[in-house]
Amino acid sequence: MKTLEELLAEHPFFRGMRTDYIRLFAGCASNVRFEEGAYLFREGEAADRLFLIRQGRVALELHTPQGVAVIQTLSDGDVVGWSWMVPPYRWAFDARALGLVRAVSFDAACLRRKAEEDPALGYELLKRLVPVIVERLQATRLQLLDLYGEPKGRVLPSA
Amino acid sequence: MSSLPLDWSVPRPAVVLRVRRETQDVRTLYLRPPEGVWAFQPGQFNMLYAFGVGEVPVSVSGDPGHRDVVVHTVRAVGAVTTALARVRPGQVVGLRGPFGSGWPLQEAQGRDVLVVAGGIGLAPLRPLVCGLLRHRHRYGRVAILYGARTPQDLLYRDELQRWRARFDMQVEVTVDRAGPDWRGNVGVVTRLLPRAGVDPAEVVAFVCGPEVMMRFAGRELEALGVAPSQVFVSMERNMQCAVGLCGHCQFGASFVCRDGPVFRYAEVRDRLWVREL
Repeated sequence: MKTLEELLAEHPFFRGMRTDYIRLFAGCASNVRFEEGAYLFREGEAADRLFLIRQGRVALELHTPQGVAVIQTLSDGDVVGWSWMVPPYRWAFDARALGLVRAVSFDAACLRRKAEEDPALGYELLKRLVPVIVERLQATRLQLLDLYGEPKGRVLPSA
Repeated sequence: MSSLPLDWSVPRPAVVLRVRRETQDVRTLYLRPPEGVWAFQPGQFNMLYAFGVGEVPVSVSGDPGHRDVVVHTVRAVGAVTTALARVRPGQVVGLRGPFGSGWPLQEAQGRDVLVVAGGIGLAPLRPLVCGLLRHRHRYGRVAILYGARTPQDLLYRDELQRWRARFDMQVEVTVDRAGPDWRGNVGVVTRLLPRAGVDPAEVVAFVCGPEVMMRFAGRELEALGVAPSQVFVSMERNMQCAVGLCGHCQFGASFVCRDGPVFRYAEVRDRLWVREL
């Protein structure tokens, strides 16, 4: 059975990180699993966790008057949740397990405390989180373009 | 130009044998070849003529091993494509072709193959997939990544199921938006690239979809370590004559109808970022 430190070192999010930093982050982590249909978190609740998916898929969902919309699915190697970084620390979406999900869960208050105590450690965490956020933002922009929708308004004449 | 037949500009009659409904606005037409049998390279296109309405370029989407039928998947977006999508078995459409360059599948022999399709872009890639499955032993790992707008907009559903059931290829499907009943991926197709499980140094990638999607796919593939010379894209422009004479489909120094539609990404990468080209 692998230790938490070994699991973190294998995860893409922590790959290549200094081992003493991994040890510090492991102090905030625990191994978790979610059965199909279980929620990792719900919109509006306190955002007190960061999840790294080890195995399985998670749907980010938004409740609308028309029903539930799946915004994005995340899977092995992905990071789930960064609302714990920004006050008032509330989840903006639901995150639901689409099957059995194995993940590493971090206590957000613990992460914030360690980042405050050691800014270099905090910067290392941010350097890894920001590219994830940027990648998701760009993907969301592409989704908003509705590239596969009706080509009305495009420059090319429709034949 | 010297290899063009004298009657390249004359549409020949092709009888509609069958029409398959793919989605609300997409139909696949099965046509009898004007000469009875015909041959094409995956990636090439024909000019289809809806008599009395007009002519459009449409990629061939059939299996290159089936020489007794011409298959086209048409999305109804304008007057001509709407007319084509409404044809019934027994009716006749005009056909010129095949034209243009094909997917260079021979470059992938002995290597991994990555197929990246967005929306109707799966249609020009289907013949390539059929071709590589016919000689599956010639290739390494094969992964197909397909993005569509919604679950209802997926093309070739039966075939996708068959492809997914195979143990010798990976098929990942994603949609841009879905309800809670959808069990698959949600997100842009480029998010699937890191999961393809192919060797970036050994893979040949074939990409077709909206131009923005191809730009971002090319960029992501480069970030993963795939050389631009090992990526091929299929371009779409306003093709009319289909032989590089009229100039409507000029794309920088190339005519898409004659020099493409399939281009090596390394050749067109910089042009893809030039506005109004």
